Amino acid sequence: MRIEDKLYLIGYNIDEEESHLGVSDPEECKKCLGRPCTYICPAGVYSYDDEEGKLSINYDACVECGTCRIVCSYITWKYPRGGFGVQYKFG
Amino acid sequence: MRKNDFDVIIVGAGPAGLAAGYVLAKEGISVAIIERGIFPGSKNVMGGIFYRSSLDDLIPDFYKEAPIERHIVEQKIWLLSEDSMFSTGIKSEKYNVEPYNCFSIFRAKFDKWFAKKAADASAMIINETVVTDLILDGNRVIGVKTDRPNGDLYSDVVIAADGVNSFLTKSLGLRKKITTNNVALALKEIIELPDKVINDRFGVSSSSEGVTIEITGPYFNKMRAIGFVYTNRNSLSLGLGVVTEDMVKLKINPNDLLEEFKKHPAIKPLINGGETKEYMAHMIPEGGYYSMPKLYSDGFMVVGDAAMLVNSIHREGANLAIESGKFAAKTYIEARKIGDFSQKTLSSYQKKLEESFVLRDLKTYKNLPKLLEEKQYLISKYPKFIIDAIYEMYSVDKVSKSEKVKLIMNRAKKELGYFNILKDAFSIWRDFR
Repeated sequence: MRIEDKLYLIGYNIDEEESHLGVSDPEECKKCLGRPCTYICPAGVYSYDDEEGKLSINYDACVECGTCRIVCSYITWKYPRGGFGVQYKFG
Repeated sequence: MRKNDFDVIIVGAGPAGLAAGYVLAKEGISVAIIERGIFPGSKNVMGGIFYRSSLDDLIPDFYKEAPIERHIVEQKIWLLSEDSMFSTGIKSEKYNVEPYNCFSIFRAKFDKWFAKKAADASAMIINETVVTDLILDGNRVIGVKTDRPNGDLYSDVVIAADGVNSFLTKSLGLRKKITTNNVALALKEIIELPDKVINDRFGVSSSSEGVTIEITGPYFNKMRAIGFVYTNRNSLSLGLGVVTEDMVKLKINPNDLLEEFKKHPAIKPLINGGETKEYMAHMIPEGGYYSMPKLYSDGFMVVGDAAMLVNSIHREGANLAIESGKFAAKTYIEARKIGDFSQKTLSSYQKKLEESFVLRDLKTYKNLPKLLEEKQYLISKYPKFIIDAIYEMYSVDKVSKSEKVKLIMNRAKKELGYFNILKDAFSIWRDFR
């Protein structure tokens, strides 16, 4: 089962106004070896655009586990605003 | 003098925070439990097995009313290789009589129920609210800032039950940065199947009896990983937990790993025909005793995952969280009698944990994370040897049994090395004596 199809099963209350994820220094992404955020995230939030030399962050898919912030110290991570983000039915 | 909004503010409505809130509210203490989800449980994830005893102290016979899936009558351990599986475990009728040992549950439902019990006891649950910072007076925690307008709240004590990512513990400098070796990434799917199909596949005679399977071995190659399958009433909880460091090193995408795992010949028939209903991920604090933060400060205590209270080898976490919540609440009640919430007084929280099974158990396994970091092969090479040896003994091919034993011993010598086996046995003995 593809990750896209799995994410479709999860309930989210998406914060249209503000992303809770970011990168403190985008220059570091260009230099980063391996870019672990692009494969370690269980929700596939991060992808790297080689042409633009930029990390793209699909924050509305985030399941708020925090793994990315443990593997990369440049990722700025906070909780989505109150009431927003992932909402599990089962958990 | 400033007036407190509550006697105690608890950040996070998981098992630790709810247990603390429940105990305090029952004592008539004014307590707020602040939760960032739309309801308690909506963001909470665990593998799915909940041990009864810790909560039973608070709410006797809770399982008769709480949303549980099945009580567990059989617990299995599988050693898995690419093409084989060796199974061991315990099934007992003693597990099949009340008050039961443990249950499969869904946290989104269970925590919601537990929060209702706390609210009925007059704890105030404040949903959809993120605590953004602590309010300090000198070194003393006197309240929290929230993302609500005019959202500052004041109290005697703040209890951090804010989970594995605990920003509050970090902001006070009570813990160091979490490392990739201290946490596992756990993934899970809820796979729906008719209850009768589950009963047949797992060999139980009613839809209230459940089975757990924990899976390790050479299948996971160089990773410190555990797979699991738990039976719910109409679904299976199937997942994996892998130490983050190993996934980063091997450049593994967790969902790919889970998809491969589902195809294993021992797993596939269990989930065949099932429909995935939900997918989730969560970080598990598996660093053990040495990764724990300082557990208290002036006006502040840390409980549950925020305190890294997980016994990974026995898959205990929620019960330790509840114990820690109870101890934190008791510590507050004692401190209130003398009107002193300094860290000197609150240090008795740590003492209570030390004297209980919670920190006794974590101390027993304190060297385990390091042992497995250095000797990951203990959970791959040895299980592989066991699987191959048993396969050999059960295969009838005109080779005499004594010849087979000789072959197996030769393999032990070649693959493991007699001296290495002694060394490993010694380090295990040394680390766990």
